Amino acid sequence: MIQDEFNKLRLKLIAISLAFSFIPLFSLGLGLYDRFYETYTDKVHGNLRNLVENKKTTIDMFLSERVAQLSTLALTEAYADMSNEKYLEHIFSVLQLHSKSFLDLQVIDQNGICVAYVGPYPLRGVDYGKEEWFGKAMAKGVHISDVFMGFRKYPHFNIAISRREGDKTWVLRAAIDSDIFDSLVRSVHLGKSGDAFILSTGHVLQTKPRFGHDMFDTLSFPDIPRFPGTRVEEFATGGQTSLFAMTWLNQKDWLLVIKDDPREELLPLYRARWLLILLLAGGSLLVIGGAVFIANSTVRQLIVAEREKAALDASLTQSSKMAALGKLAAGVAHEVNNPLAIIMEKAGWMRDLLSEEDIKASPNFGEFEDAVSKIEFHVRRAKDVTHRLLGFARRMEPTQEDLDVNLLLDQTRSFLENEASFRGIAFITDYQKNLPRIESDASQLQQVFLNIFDNAIDAIDKNGSITICTRAGTDNNEVEIAISDTGKGIPRETLEKIFDPFFTTKKVGEGTGLGLTISYSIIEKLGGHINVTSEEGKGTTFHIALPVGA
Amino acid sequence: MDFRVLAVDDEADFIETLVKRFTYRKIPVTAAGSGPEALALLERDPAYDVVILDMRMPGMDGIAVLKELKKRHPLLEVIMLTGHASVEAGMQGMSLGAYDYVLKPVDFGELLEKARKASERKKLNEARAKA
Repeated sequence: MIQDEFNKLRLKLIAISLAFSFIPLFSLGLGLYDRFYETYTDKVHGNLRNLVENKKTTIDMFLSERVAQLSTLALTEAYADMSNEKYLEHIFSVLQLHSKSFLDLQVIDQNGICVAYVGPYPLRGVDYGKEEWFGKAMAKGVHISDVFMGFRKYPHFNIAISRREGDKTWVLRAAIDSDIFDSLVRSVHLGKSGDAFILSTGHVLQTKPRFGHDMFDTLSFPDIPRFPGTRVEEFATGGQTSLFAMTWLNQKDWLLVIKDDPREELLPLYRARWLLILLLAGGSLLVIGGAVFIANSTVRQLIVAEREKAALDASLTQSSKMAALGKLAAGVAHEVNNPLAIIMEKAGWMRDLLSEEDIKASPNFGEFEDAVSKIEFHVRRAKDVTHRLLGFARRMEPTQEDLDVNLLLDQTRSFLENEASFRGIAFITDYQKNLPRIESDASQLQQVFLNIFDNAIDAIDKNGSITICTRAGTDNNEVEIAISDTGKGIPRETLEKIFDPFFTTKKVGEGTGLGLTISYSIIEKLGGHINVTSEEGKGTTFHIALPVGA
Repeated sequence: MDFRVLAVDDEADFIETLVKRFTYRKIPVTAAGSGPEALALLERDPAYDVVILDMRMPGMDGIAVLKELKKRHPLLEVIMLTGHASVEAGMQGMSLGAYDYVLKPVDFGELLEKARKASERKKLNEARAKA
């Protein structure tokens, strides 16, 4: 029952300690991790955003420069001059002075027929009238095509600028090497698995990515509607989750994408996470260990305290029993003593009178004398009881003598030696030599020993042994005496009452039931303690411990 | 038997029997039922040798009577009767000048013996005082 209570308390203590340790530990750990995660991903995203922003600016600038160059030409030069291939060639060479990315230059009339061409292919006379780009260029004024292979079998794109001159409209169109984009996006160095590419609205790759695909492949990529600025998102393409930084170009409906492996990019974060998990696990183990240790040691101490308290309670109960008995005994003894004294005197007076001559001659003289003797005998018996009661009740200070316990035991034993040997009972002594001498009351101790020996002889009745053993206690602060008999032993229920006053198993008239009560009270008064162990059928042992100093 | 006894106890039956037993032995004895009565008796006739004085009496107890007695009649010997089986009660009496103490119920022979010795000491002291 008590054990259950302690187990519950132990678990409760552990649970409370764990709760109070884990709540701050985990909130701190997770809170820090969360802040760190947020800051770190912000930084990673910020880096990607900057990168994609820079590339976008570069590409947009490149495109706008090209458009500006061509627009300036278209606006400043006249169709008549430009349709002259010689002049166009001159213009082309001037253009190429600034940028090698111009592959060719052509002038197209309003019907879509190429009227002049400078470049590596014989394109003069080609009819673009049906081409979609031609229509768009004529309608919007500027058209930038997607990258394509075309006749040139070389990735490039076109910029077409239309100009209204008088009642005619003509188109200046240049093919531009798209290699510049490749080199621009390739310059984005992004670890082992990072990549960068440009996608057209139809998810067609405008540049050659580092991994997996070729130019003009159509990527399975989510539809990203046009948005301002840049955006960083994490999603899966082709079964692999990646971090994508994206931005739409200003000059063209192309999506510039920088792809990064979040595992690689967030590696320090993952390391931090593992470290955190490790720290939390280690911390948890420590906390659990600590909680269990504290709970266990607390409960252990409580159990010890509880036991001590129980022992103290038991001894206090015994002591208060003794004290209560003392008062009662004194009261009763005094009240009984006076009538006893009168009976005694009356009997004495009768005895005095019986000695007279004429009474001696009476036929009943013998009966009278016998009656008086019996009265006197039994008054003495009663007196014995009252005096023992009073002796028990008195609070006389014990005397202090320097005693050799072994010697005292031997002396006491000698009183009973005759009685014992008559009954076939042997005394066996197992004394520790050089036993510390004690400061105590010899006559009171003798009374206790005598009492126990007496009881032992009664318990054995005939043939057996009484073993007397003495030992110095721990630190030589105490002397321990054990007196064992080979008697019939004491039943458990009797054992509990053995020191109780008036408890006796002897026949009426043989024992007062006060011997062990008085022994207990004497030993307690002398600062020692006495207890008894017994096994039915095997014998009983009284253990007495006495302090060396008083 | 040349000594006189004054027996003081509130138990009438006890004191009465005690008187009878002393008288039976030809020892002059007077009974007093309380301390004040005993002191009054002594006031009138101080020629007692031994006082047998009970410790426990209502009103003035044995110790108080003993103190008063010893103050007024220092040479008078007192034997305390005590129901207390304790040495200390007797010792207390003896420290206050009692000759000895006897435990109740009384062994008359013992009491007689002690009374006789007490009277002898009283006579010895009287002789010394005169000398």
